[in-house]
Amino acid sequence: MSEVNELYQQLILEHNKSPRNFKKLENATHDADGYNPLCGDHYHVWLKLDGDTIADIGFQGSGCAISKSSASMMTSAVKGATIQEAKEMLEKYHSVIMTKIGDEIPEEKIESLGSLGALAGVREFPARIKCASLAWHTMNAALTQKEKSVSTEN
Amino acid sequence: MSTLEKEILFDVTTVRKDFPILTLSVYGKPLVYLDNAATTQKPQIVLDTLTKYYTEQNSNIHRGVHFLSEVATFEYEKARGKVKNLLNAADSKEIIFTKGTTDGINLVAHSYGRTHINAGDEVIISAMEHHSNIVPWQLLCEERGATLRVIPMNDEGELLIDGFQKMLSPKTKIVSVVYVSNSLGTINPIKKIIELSHANGTPVLIDGAQSVAHMKVDVRELDCDFFVFSGHKIFGPTGIGALYGKSEWLEKMIPYQGGGDMIRSVTFEKTTFNDLPFKFEAGTPNIAGGIGLGAAIDYVQKIGLDAIREYEHELLEYGTDTLQSVNGLRIIGTAKEKASVISFVVENAHPHDVGTILDREGIAIRTGHHCTQPVMQRFGIPATARASLSMYNMKEEIDILVRGIEKVKEIFG
Ligand SMILES: Cc1ncc(COP(=O)(O)O)c(C=O)c1O
Repeated sequence: MSEVNELYQQLILEHNKSPRNFKKLENATHDADGYNPLCGDHYHVWLKLDGDTIADIGFQGSGCAISKSSASMMTSAVKGATIQEAKEMLEKYHSVIMTKIGDEIPEEKIESLGSLGALAGVREFPARIKCASLAWHTMNAALTQKEKSVSTEN
Repeated sequence: MSTLEKEILFDVTTVRKDFPILTLSVYGKPLVYLDNAATTQKPQIVLDTLTKYYTEQNSNIHRGVHFLSEVATFEYEKARGKVKNLLNAADSKEIIFTKGTTDGINLVAHSYGRTHINAGDEVIISAMEHHSNIVPWQLLCEERGATLRVIPMNDEGELLIDGFQKMLSPKTKIVSVVYVSNSLGTINPIKKIIELSHANGTPVLIDGAQSVAHMKVDVRELDCDFFVFSGHKIFGPTGIGALYGKSEWLEKMIPYQGGGDMIRSVTFEKTTFNDLPFKFEAGTPNIAGGIGLGAAIDYVQKIGLDAIREYEHELLEYGTDTLQSVNGLRIIGTAKEKASVISFVVENAHPHDVGTILDREGIAIRTGHHCTQPVMQRFGIPATARASLSMYNMKEEIDILVRGIEKVKEIFG
């Protein structure tokens, strides 16, 4: 699994080239800034909540293919989900990309992530895990509104 | 000596044999180490010197009467003499051991800055400084009510000396510039900068982090007031470096840190400070590091910095030519005078992705802003990929790099 071709799968490259929901939401109810000072990846995530449901989500910013495609896939995955569902997805996704190299990940677990499962290969590239989780942390910060800005370095 | 003779004298295959790490494989591929601006690898003689120190010489220095302490003190002070020779300083007391470049700059910002820089004064740095030659001055300026001014550069990554000349005024209290840029490779005209500064009555600090392992430095010929470098960038250990300062400045400066070794006598009422260089060396220093650095200097001088510079220039020209011919690749930093640092960006591929793909080919490069965020802002890019070459690199390794970049283009094409 440690071949670069398996990290940079077609789906990931495609999301990198044409990211989904790559826009600012004018009527956002929640938003936050996410920054990785080590490599300069920088994104802003906007959410529009309708009660408990994520009615719309958008992001903008720049960074590597892993951070951008994971942000794009995240927005597709959580749009229409409830906050609770989004947080569960975050947890599952996180536990997959953080699985130690060599440890088995149950097939069903990756499958249940849908297209997000394409990013499971990131765990073989420890230096890139932060790239793959930046957007998620940013969304989480927006939802909890504890802080307006998150960084991968604290 | 003719160039032909020098070429015969410098043999990269022989040099490579001195560096055990260069035989490593990573991900099943031979290691191609092109991250020498970050840190250099260590020759066997440095490793042996460290082992010998800890197995046969280890002791604290400048204080014991016993045998080992005398041996350790002798070796440590001998290493100071080697730094003095490397820089051609007038006297060993002008060589202060530090933790490295960053530590040296902070020392000068503190000990010179807090006595010579006041409200309304100005500090001049350049647009291509490493963060370690920006932040200490920023902190100082904030504290003293002084202003930080920045020498601009052109699109090639060359400093605009006319602009610098106009900045100089009686308010300028120090000029602190990098000799060789770690992110662009530019070799700055520091002799000219020093001359202009001195004509203005202003002392100059040279950040030599990227120059010491690649070219001869003569602080007396340059006439710089301060020169700093890190041991780990000249094949020595981490955690050790040196500051050269003209004694007339060092004498006038206040100590950096207080503690043992830097004092002559202490009572609760008053402390008198030790002579140079010890006034600036509080506490037990990195003794092994200093001695290891001495071994690294001996090693480099045996090969000869002129031969190294010539060989690396050849590598730079080869690398620039081959990389430039890669479609979609743009070199950042195209100064006329350059050291063997090649920063680049690849169309449609973020440097971070370039780094990961090359890594799996066994190629170690650095990606990111290289602790020079203002340089990235100047060129309007978030980051670059950087290949920084050392004397043990080979043209074949540049070819491997180019093949790796072709792979990047296949993926991101
Ligand atoms: C030009 C320059 N200045 C300063 C430094 C800082 O050196 P150190 O981290 O060894 O203190 C570096 C290291 O990357 C450098 O390249």
